[in-house]
Amino acid sequence: MDQSNNKKTPPTRTRKYVFSRRADRIFLELSYIYAFVARFFREVLFPPYEFKEVIKQCYEVGVRSLPLISVTGFIIGIVFTNQSRPSLADFGATSLLPALISVAIVRAMGPLVTAIIAAGRVGSSIGAELGSMRVTEQIDAMEVSATNPYKFLVVSRVLATTFMIPALTMYTTLVSLLGGYLNVHQNELTTLTTFFTQVFDAITFLDIISSSVKSVLFGFTIGMVGCYKGYNSSKGTEGVGKAANSSVVTAMFLIFIEELLVMQVINAIRVL
Amino acid sequence: MKKINPNIIRENKVIEIRGLQKAFDEFEVLKNVDLNLYQGENLVVLGRSGTGKSVLIKIISGLLRADAGMVNVLGQEVGHLSPKQLDALRLKIGFSFQNSALYDSMTVKENLEFPLVRHSKHMTQRDRTRIIDVVLEAVGLTKAMHQMPSELSGGQRKRIGIARTLILRPEIMLYDEPTAGLDPITCIEINKLINEVQRRFNTSSIIITHDLTCARAVGDRLVMLLDGEFKRQGTFEEVFATDDERVKAFYNYNFID
Repeated sequence: MDQSNNKKTPPTRTRKYVFSRRADRIFLELSYIYAFVARFFREVLFPPYEFKEVIKQCYEVGVRSLPLISVTGFIIGIVFTNQSRPSLADFGATSLLPALISVAIVRAMGPLVTAIIAAGRVGSSIGAELGSMRVTEQIDAMEVSATNPYKFLVVSRVLATTFMIPALTMYTTLVSLLGGYLNVHQNELTTLTTFFTQVFDAITFLDIISSSVKSVLFGFTIGMVGCYKGYNSSKGTEGVGKAANSSVVTAMFLIFIEELLVMQVINAIRVL
Repeated sequence: MKKINPNIIRENKVIEIRGLQKAFDEFEVLKNVDLNLYQGENLVVLGRSGTGKSVLIKIISGLLRADAGMVNVLGQEVGHLSPKQLDALRLKIGFSFQNSALYDSMTVKENLEFPLVRHSKHMTQRDRTRIIDVVLEAVGLTKAMHQMPSELSGGQRKRIGIARTLILRPEIMLYDEPTAGLDPITCIEINKLINEVQRRFNTSSIIITHDLTCARAVGDRLVMLLDGEFKRQGTFEEVFATDDERVKAFYNYNFID
């Protein structure tokens, strides 16, 4: 081995860009996102399966969201009914309130409200947890112990959100309808049976399908965005905060885009 | 205290590195690194912060990819392994992280069980508990079994981190700054533990540090990383017998009156 010397070697590597630094970064980021999502579909199919972790995450995502979802869904049902009444009353059509509430909540508000609450509660928590695990080298520790951290952390969480958001959506829909019923019952003295008969008369099979498809999509998006942001976070504690924050913002943005796209597709099917 | 280790087998290289290069963007961290780790040896890698010491052991464990050069671990070239082969190799390498990297959401027992459950699937719960008891006893923390990492002190976390790597009985141990951020007494305990692990589990180790007390206590051989290359190697006295200002500054900082 050589003896020490003070001669400094100049950097020999120079970076060239295909388009520009910024454009290259965007394309690179897109390729990372694609690889991250594609890896999920590869990993989810092949063993080993982390069943215990999936169940634990389902509990975290589903059961722990129940109090917040219950209160929010119930209040939304009451407020929406209350705000819709004056418009219908102008035409003497308050008897149509259950049908209106039903269509609005089942088709759009149920999945959307659930997804937005979940993006705030679950998405940020996933982003922060994985981000913190990344910066404290816990993910590296899993990797060097020959455990697949992607399967243990990402697949389990994405599966949990994909399974639990549809379940939570059904629950939110029911709770919101109950809130709506209370308001209708108080003002129009409608019975529970009449209310729910009108609710089910107003919705179609396509509404249920569209609501289910949307909630599955929203669940997948919330899980995937939270995991991507957290798993790839850097720059210490600042990076953890950013991961949590951008998990929520990005997930919400994508949820609204998906809502718009699915609505267009369903409307196109509806007129067939 | 000078360390003498008669168990080093110089004919058997467990790690062999030739012409290793690694850069991050335009910053070359490792320029042309050659290194041998012999069976049963504790090799200390010294160097200032940011000189690429941790990068070196991350490349050895396959966490980072080298830009150029050959890294041979236990007869296998790390850069050419499939993910499955790399996982098989990683079971023979224990990696003790600078901040211990214990899983925050799990108890000490669950932390130790985590690799066992995944790699020894046919093992009964009783056998797992027995192995956990053995490694906890080895690091002197049998009472911490049901505690959460947040309830442990820095030194205890380091010990549990080492215990977790020992649970799969690795042949090679990689310690990243094992005494960083610890008080002098705990540092001495960790140094003793590193030597105890080497003796009891018959491991060969690379210890990354800039703590010269630790280097002297645990190192059979020392190498110093300067400007991305190993410029000095030998025993503690040999490494510091130089007029190079950078090496002298390193010594003076650690042993200043």
